[in-house]
Amino acid sequence: MRHILIIAAALFAADVQAETPRDFLTRFEKEAGAVASAERGARFFTTKQGGEWSCASCHTERPMQAGRHAKTGKAITPLAPAANAERFTDAAKVDKWFRRNCNDTLNRLCSAQEKADVMAWLLALK
Amino acid sequence: MKRIIAPSLFALLAALALPAQADSYRLPKNAVFEEECSSCHIAFPPQMLHADSWRAMMGDLSRHFGSDASIDEKHRVAITDFLVANAGGRKTGDTRDAQGKPLLRITETARFAKKHREISAATWKRPSIKSPANCAACHPLAAAGEYSDHSAVSPK
Repeated sequence: MRHILIIAAALFAADVQAETPRDFLTRFEKEAGAVASAERGARFFTTKQGGEWSCASCHTERPMQAGRHAKTGKAITPLAPAANAERFTDAAKVDKWFRRNCNDTLNRLCSAQEKADVMAWLLALK
Repeated sequence: MKRIIAPSLFALLAALALPAQADSYRLPKNAVFEEECSSCHIAFPPQMLHADSWRAMMGDLSRHFGSDASIDEKHRVAITDFLVANAGGRKTGDTRDAQGKPLLRITETARFAKKHREISAATWKRPSIKSPANCAACHPLAAAGEYSDHSAVSPK
């Protein structure tokens, strides 16, 4: 009986917390009310959007590889889900980093469409 | 009797000697601090700045040396408490800048300047180092709090 409870609790916990990168694409597309474009996401990611840095300044233009913080030089693990299974599995982290990094690169928050586009591109990287 | 006194006397002397030349920092375990403060840079030892400096820094995280490092309020308070409780800098006399504001950069403290007085400007500019905040470039064990001279390297 106890085992069943433990398994049930584990399943419940997994159900509540675990998110997949695709879930975020779905969420952002829904918020934007439009489908994402990986091509637009690639352009957005690799070009400056008003700030001193682009996303690629730290994450590289091909985020299957590790990046480096543009200022401190600290290593950054790959951002593309295909290269790093830990990416885009926790909503709190995803929201935190989009908020901060959009502020740093655009001097504003990203729109749902911009986030959806970036997600579509990152998911297309293999 | 002698056998008991000698080791304890040694331990006492060692303990007294440590604060004066401690380049090995004991990093108290704190999961939130490690998670939130070691993404963009290594988790700097709390002992490297005065409590006033940590309070000032943690009060303005959305403008953290040019980056938005904002975190949720619960974590912000918890990390501030942790940093203040473990802060150092009381004896160094360099806890404020010329305007009387708390120093925010470890690299601006007199202790940092003294410890790095032999490092040339050209060395700091090497691509492998880039920034004085990139401790781990020359102190490979920095993330574990180890900054002693004998563990330091000079990257090409």
